[in-house]
Amino acid sequence: MTITQKSVAEGLFTWPADPSSPPRLIGSECADCGLVSFPAAPDCVRCASTESKERLLSDHGTLWTYTTQNFRPPSPPYDGPVAFEPYTVGYIELPGELLVEARLTEPDPDRLRIGQDMRLTLVPYTVLDDGTEVMTFAFAPADFVAVEEETS
Amino acid sequence: MTEAVIIGVGLHPFGRFAGKPALDMGADAVRLAMADAGVNWPQIQGGYIGSYEVANPDAIVGRLGLTGVPLRGVFNGCATAGTAIALAARAIETGEHDLTIAIGLDKHPRGAFAADPSVAGIPSWYGQTGLFLTTHFFGMKINRYMHDHGISHETLARVASKNFRNAAGNEKAWRRTPLSPEEVLASPVLNYPLRQFMYCGPNEGAAAVVMCRADQAHKYTSTPVRVRATALRSRRLGAFEVQSPSFPVGEPVESPTVDAFRAAYELAGIGPEDVDVAQLQDTDAGSEIIHMAESGLCKDGEQERLIAEGATEIGGRLPVNTDGGLLGNGEPIGASGLRQIHEIVLQLRGTAGTRQIPGTPRVGFTHLYGAPGASAVTILST
Ligand SMILES: [Zn+2]
Repeated sequence: MTITQKSVAEGLFTWPADPSSPPRLIGSECADCGLVSFPAAPDCVRCASTESKERLLSDHGTLWTYTTQNFRPPSPPYDGPVAFEPYTVGYIELPGELLVEARLTEPDPDRLRIGQDMRLTLVPYTVLDDGTEVMTFAFAPADFVAVEEETS
Repeated sequence: MTEAVIIGVGLHPFGRFAGKPALDMGADAVRLAMADAGVNWPQIQGGYIGSYEVANPDAIVGRLGLTGVPLRGVFNGCATAGTAIALAARAIETGEHDLTIAIGLDKHPRGAFAADPSVAGIPSWYGQTGLFLTTHFFGMKINRYMHDHGISHETLARVASKNFRNAAGNEKAWRRTPLSPEEVLASPVLNYPLRQFMYCGPNEGAAAVVMCRADQAHKYTSTPVRVRATALRSRRLGAFEVQSPSFPVGEPVESPTVDAFRAAYELAGIGPEDVDVAQLQDTDAGSEIIHMAESGLCKDGEQERLIAEGATEIGGRLPVNTDGGLLGNGEPIGASGLRQIHEIVLQLRGTAGTRQIPGTPRVGFTHLYGAPGASAVTILST
């Protein structure tokens, strides 16, 4: 049985997922001053230009900081599973681009450290009643992703 | 330009008051402030009133008197009360009014704040996937700060323990059970490295501050407290702020708290070295530690030693959050900053009772910080 998946939002990351190329976050770049934004923004908060172009962001970065989420967030807006599993979030520095906030795939804070290499991946953060997985972006420790890819 | 001075403060207790509307708590706080100042409601010429939950907080005139007084509602996130007092002071400084009032009141339901991300200009996926929590920011900011500046988990616990101890001596505080640093460290992690007893909670309460022209203060009080400066700043591009799906790389940009304190010190002609007692936004124990440096009270990393030495205790050389802060009092958003003002006024008058800091304090400040990156500072002196 194939699992149906859908993206949590249009224009957030490359979708549908392409097995031959890793996912990328879709940002934007100011046509006038070059400021990189995520999510993609039509207006520039540095120079107030209204001209921008799409830019696929780096799928690698380093962990700048992190924390855990040990209680279920207020719902709405959160629409994750009722059976709550703690998760972690952090900011990943994409060199020369920006720092982006994201879920992390490693739930144990003791196995995370500031400065470690991280790689973009997509994860199902919830499953709908009909079995459809709702996908969002997350960052995984780079060494972990590499191991997973070798064995798959 | 004339100067505004505080002649009366009033505080309704902070906590949970089932069946008591926020407007009634606000009216109680106003009556206490008016009694403290020795004025009646018809004498009040104008005011600013802040609330998050009450859509028309100026309906308070229905409890106090329909005198036709101009009352303006203000809301500015966690900086609401800082905005109310700044505008009430400004009305005196510019000569619009001789006698004004700042009022704050709120009544939040239990639990963490829930909101639609779109009201903060953020797309819905940010909330759906569990990123739209202010507590994440506080956990991530102190985690990075501890890494960069050598702050320990024990120091986080000492801050929380100190504020609960101070609240235990404050009959109007909410959380009045003292907790040892060990008990704080034994509470469950909510957002690593922050634990349950390192966070403040939304609750209920009200506060009010009556101000007049400095040259008329003698009519009301022998102990006026001068409003030396008020400053409000929002975030600049590149600063790491609450509810930011991303922010630019490059040289770190200072927070609005640093910017607001710089402006306030300059306006007041007062430096951090002159400050005798401080009220810092302690949404969590980490925030108090970071704000100590952002306010100029110490350098980054010095908090580890200062807090271990007891410098920020009531008897220390740099008392912080003598009334228990947000950790001990909780946060009714509209009232929180006026509760801070109330405490500094008592300290500068020398009437803070068992919480009174030693010596003759002359200068104190209050500070608020909140989403989406706004900071309000008030500097007071005798
Ligand atoms: Zn630009």
